[in-house]
Amino acid sequence: MKRLKRLAAIGVIAVSCMISMEAFAQNYKIAVSQIVEHPALDATRQGLLDGLKAKGYEEGKNLTFTFQTAQGNPAIGVQIAKQFVGEKPDVLVGIATPTAQALAAATRTIPVVFTAVTDPLGAKLIKNLEHPGGNVTGLSDLTPVAQHVDLMQEILPDLKAIGVVYNPGEANAVALVELLKKAAKEKNIAVVEGIAMKSADVQSAARIITSKVQVIYAPTDNTVASAIDALVGAANQAKIPVVGGSTSFIENGAIASLGFDYYQVGVQTADFVEAIFKGKKPGDIPVSFAKGSDLFLNIPAAEKLGITLPEAMIKRATTIKK
Amino acid sequence: MSLFAFLGTLEIGLIYGLVALGVYLTFRILDFPDLTVDGSFPMGGAVVATAIVAGMNPWLATVLAFLAGAASGLVTAFLAVRCGILHLLASILTMIAAFSINIRIMGRPNMALLGDATIFTPFENMGVDPTYARLAVVFGLVLLSFLFIIRLLSSDFGLALRATGVNEQMVAAQGGSTALYTYFGLALSNGFVGFAGALFAMTSSFADVTSGVGTIVVGLAAVILGQTLLPGKRIWVAVLAVIIGSILYRLAVAFALSSGMFGMQPSDLNLITATLVAAALIVPKMKGKLQFKKSAKA
Repeated sequence: MKRLKRLAAIGVIAVSCMISMEAFAQNYKIAVSQIVEHPALDATRQGLLDGLKAKGYEEGKNLTFTFQTAQGNPAIGVQIAKQFVGEKPDVLVGIATPTAQALAAATRTIPVVFTAVTDPLGAKLIKNLEHPGGNVTGLSDLTPVAQHVDLMQEILPDLKAIGVVYNPGEANAVALVELLKKAAKEKNIAVVEGIAMKSADVQSAARIITSKVQVIYAPTDNTVASAIDALVGAANQAKIPVVGGSTSFIENGAIASLGFDYYQVGVQTADFVEAIFKGKKPGDIPVSFAKGSDLFLNIPAAEKLGITLPEAMIKRATTIKK
Repeated sequence: MSLFAFLGTLEIGLIYGLVALGVYLTFRILDFPDLTVDGSFPMGGAVVATAIVAGMNPWLATVLAFLAGAASGLVTAFLAVRCGILHLLASILTMIAAFSINIRIMGRPNMALLGDATIFTPFENMGVDPTYARLAVVFGLVLLSFLFIIRLLSSDFGLALRATGVNEQMVAAQGGSTALYTYFGLALSNGFVGFAGALFAMTSSFADVTSGVGTIVVGLAAVILGQTLLPGKRIWVAVLAVIIGSILYRLAVAFALSSGMFGMQPSDLNLITATLVAAALIVPKMKGKLQFKKSAKA
């Protein structure tokens, strides 16, 4: 009996030694709050996870990755932020504007990295792009809208009117449509707006504007992204092509897009997280804009609408769907 | 759940307790199903954010947010009483119109208050932990609202207000104006909801037009949850119950957020919350039935 007890004691000591060894190996904790689940934001999260893995931070090994979605409700986003701050992770990541704001408001000490936020200055996440100060920094996904207008004109040389479907309730989308109008005005192209307050309205908003435009531009608006198939379907029924603000829209039948895909946005966000893991202060890391000038083309989708994409464009495309 | 998360849950629960108060006034007291709250909640936030950014005193901005909420309640009352539109539809009309108005108020869909002085700033800088300071202020404001509602409902005026919801003909026969009570009740209810929206915007540092989505659902859940778990005929018990119901609802969300270990995925959050609230409503009833069966056998 005595021997048994001793054996048990040794066992307990051995196990606890192993556990404490495990604890000694540096383990990083990252908590990610996302406003809503849709393909672009999910790709951002996956890119972040893969980007960290490429840098040697692997979930389950030396990285604890916590993730919550607010299901489109900012009040839940605020509650998630409080929950996360209480868990004291090494880095908090806010995907999209309201969740990033909620995290920034919940803590002034834990580093917050925002991503997929179009206008971080307007959202008051930071005061200065070069030197954010405080505990917040991150990546802006400002779309190269002016380049998209060039792209549309290159495909349709006598372009007179661009249609755009967006949700005026989304800060990101409003900023993008402003940029679109500015860029189009310089080329004397009209912009026709189709308003969709929720994803169920996207299809009818697209139907209403198809008769007035030659192309529909799908901005990186969360509402539109959630219903991108409905938008492309409605436009194609009227023989109108869709040009995507995000390259991920190519998969859904947009004929062309220029820019970054959100997976890359996530991968680039990993740089910020790594810098903070290595001890850099968020306030010293300048905010950057998502990089990438990938040209995506969807030739079958264009052909179906009787559009021949310019030869020069096909030559410089990075990804072509055939 | 960590202490910080618990305090945060309590804070949001108390703020939504004001929403529950508003919903209690319309649904229970006036018997007027009012969905205006989905619009008046973000309106409170929009008004307070815009006013503070424009340089107004935060307390004055909060009062303005209350008044803006009250005004949207008056619009619903006007549509229902004067234009004879069905109660539910009248409030839906105000609710959807408020979405556009809120964007007009702010000039954009989302307005940040990060770094701006709010009514909480002086208390947060008093030297105590800002989390506690903020919670104390929210608690104080909710307590004042609670006392005000009880005082009001116990007065002669409040009695007539309650009577309007129970038996409109009787109030009219006594020479009371049911229209007046409907206007007043809806304005007060949505005023509180606008006040809650303002507090929410100031504590979370941003106002967003989408923050109104589902406010009525949360408010109703709080009222029913609270009154089921804390039944009582007295007014103060009923009013206290709806505030507690709101806190319990937020606790359910918090537990749902911590349920990752049971193989739940983040998108299951709403389902888990709904299940927890349903369980809270069903379990006491089942317990009652079981006891009844036992005593019947005995």
